Amino acid sequence: MDFKIGIIALPGAALSNKTGSFANENPVFKLEKCTGCNLCIYFCPEGVVYGDKKTKIYDYDVDYCKGCGICAEECPVGDIEMVLVEK
Amino acid sequence: MKKVLEGSMAIADGVRMAAPHVISAYPITPQTHIVEHLSQMVADGDLEAEFIMVESEHTAASVVLGASACGVRTYTATASQGLLYMEEVIYNIAGMRFPVVLTVANRAISAPINIWNDMQDAMAIRDTGAIMLVAENNQEAYDMHIQAFKIAENPDVMLPVVVNVDGFVLTHTFEVVETIDDIKKVKDYLPPLNMKYKLDVNNPYSFGTVGEPSVYMESRFNLFNAMNLSKKVIVESAQEYEEMFGKFHGALIDTYKMDDAKTVIVAMGSVLGTIKDVVDELRESGKKVGVLKIRSFRPFPEDEIVAVVQNTQNLIVIEKAISPGKGGILSMEIRDVLYKHKVTSINVNGYTLGLGGRDITPKNIYDLILRAEKEENVDGEFIGLMQQQYL
Amino acid sequence: MLLTKEETHAQLFTMGHTGCSGCAQSMAVKLILEVLGKNTIATTATGCLEVFSTRYPESSWRIPWIHSLFENSAAVASGIEAALKAMGKKEDTTVIAQAGDGGTADIGLQALSGMFERNHDVLYICYDNGAYMNTGYQRSGLTPFDAYTTTSPSGKKSFGNSRPKKYMPEIAIAHRIPYTAVASAGYPIDLQKKVKKAKSIKGSKYLQIDVPCVPGWKYEPRYSVKIAQLAVQTGLYPLFEAEYDKIISVKKISKKTPVEEYLKLQGRFKHLFKDEAGRAEIEKIQKIADENIERYGLI
Repeated sequence: MDFKIGIIALPGAALSNKTGSFANENPVFKLEKCTGCNLCIYFCPEGVVYGDKKTKIYDYDVDYCKGCGICAEECPVGDIEMVLVEK
Repeated sequence: MKKVLEGSMAIADGVRMAAPHVISAYPITPQTHIVEHLSQMVADGDLEAEFIMVESEHTAASVVLGASACGVRTYTATASQGLLYMEEVIYNIAGMRFPVVLTVANRAISAPINIWNDMQDAMAIRDTGAIMLVAENNQEAYDMHIQAFKIAENPDVMLPVVVNVDGFVLTHTFEVVETIDDIKKVKDYLPPLNMKYKLDVNNPYSFGTVGEPSVYMESRFNLFNAMNLSKKVIVESAQEYEEMFGKFHGALIDTYKMDDAKTVIVAMGSVLGTIKDVVDELRESGKKVGVLKIRSFRPFPEDEIVAVVQNTQNLIVIEKAISPGKGGILSMEIRDVLYKHKVTSINVNGYTLGLGGRDITPKNIYDLILRAEKEENVDGEFIGLMQQQYL
Repeated sequence: MLLTKEETHAQLFTMGHTGCSGCAQSMAVKLILEVLGKNTIATTATGCLEVFSTRYPESSWRIPWIHSLFENSAAVASGIEAALKAMGKKEDTTVIAQAGDGGTADIGLQALSGMFERNHDVLYICYDNGAYMNTGYQRSGLTPFDAYTTTSPSGKKSFGNSRPKKYMPEIAIAHRIPYTAVASAGYPIDLQKKVKKAKSIKGSKYLQIDVPCVPGWKYEPRYSVKIAQLAVQTGLYPLFEAEYDKIISVKKISKKTPVEEYLKLQGRFKHLFKDEAGRAEIEKIQKIADENIERYGLI
């Protein structure tokens, strides 16, 4: 380990920690009724939802999603569904 | 230039020479004059610094921690209860390896509340990881502050340095002090602070991270190691200072009339003046006595002490702080060093004097020299107590 | 903010932190840094955020960041601001000090008051989850009335925390700092608007954010936003802005909701739903909400 004086950490080094292992459930972005309101992005505590405004294709990063389900709960058109993670 | 300066003024002037960018201050007797002088210097435009008058010592130390993390030179001062209130932050500054310089105007600890001098406050922060230097007189206090920044900022060290000066005895006493006329020469001695890691938007590091069991010991070891490396830096900084400014007060230790001494008095701080006077007198009557001054209490000058006391018979340790339930703190450390180096022939006696500003008189010292030759292993006995009555 | 997958990995507060699933605090931090941008230096008090974002050698921060102690986030930020001034770099750098409610309203109050009084150009952010969550849900000065915590438990002789939540934003306002605001993780656009405004103002700013805590408040992770919104809609968490001593805006309640709707989703209030005595306590909480509505003109 690169041991810096006073244990100083490098910017963004937490990316090495794949918190996707926390999840019991993961979202499915059905992309049927999505209006592109971006609430799922605002409300994601991890910042793992990404997408394209024009094509309205939204998805999430399975490596880091902790499966809280806020995106599904808050989606105003019910277009996100939580499914059990097979472990 | 030679001037008659109050100790606090000499310290403030030494700090001005080092040109810190951020100074934080909170009043406490007997430190207050130092920050008053600095405050006036800033008000008069003689010192360009952000002077932050804070609401507590905890914040005074936290402000210089934050400023130091940005890579600028910082300074603060305190005493007694204020130092205890700061202690948590001093551990933190040392652990994060920031080169803050801090003056402590040594003063007793409450209760009972007492504003006068001893070294109990300094001993309470012994294990924080701060380098602890002790000045003997106003000239040394002036010079030591300039050296302190150089030591703290050395890349091998990067630790806070605490400069201890006896409250009132030095801070409020006027002595002749020779100050440096040319601040440019100080800049040569003490180049601008250049920290490898600092809070910088172009290199956004995270400081003060969580050190889990897998890294905590390594982090503490690095601090421990830096403290050991600082010995060499303290010596070099004193030598270089002497070459440039012609003043030397010792490096880790200093000795006085030690060459053939059989009995040696070991002490720190302003009491050394009184001790040297007594030793001068006794030397005239042919008594082989000498003085060992501990200038750096942390790091503790282990090898240096052993080297100079090896041929002596009695060490008299003047304790201005004690550890209740054990004894004198300085004598405890000296016995440890001698034992470790298998020097078992020396009789070490520690005597407690001068707590809470009680005068330490030449007669006290003279009596101890006579006693020490007849006594063994005195461990912090209180000298000069009134007859006690418990009602 | 809509990002590509690559861009999400470059966010100023990155994923990979160990915050709980559904953590509203991490949501708020992400939203705040989106507004503040990379010329920001942050301090963080000891607490959840510090622990879950910087387990050495990991760090979720892509801005210069420092944690010192529990009670000195405001003081360290004061020192950073002073150093930036001394270096002539203050104009283009934002300094933020962050802490939880314990680090702000309890142990850090003295340092915060000092920072306000000296009017350091710092945005202080209090993430209010209403208890010492990092140490396992102990009561703080911002724990709401009747909430269960491990040091204000409910029992035969107790309905939980016996004192109302301290009005911390009013303490900030009492310092006559240029800007005080209260926001909620449930209203991200409002939150970001307030952060943007705070960034534009010189001097000390205080921003308190209601951030529901999944394990501390005892609810399912998916309800973080819902609960935060209910806190506002019931009147229990009034959102407003103040400049100096004047309240300049309040977020009006769009759908007035009985406090019961808010309380019943959370395990920390479940003891209030057992019997008649609990019913009476809920009435007291309703009274707190009604008083807030009256005091801040929320309807």
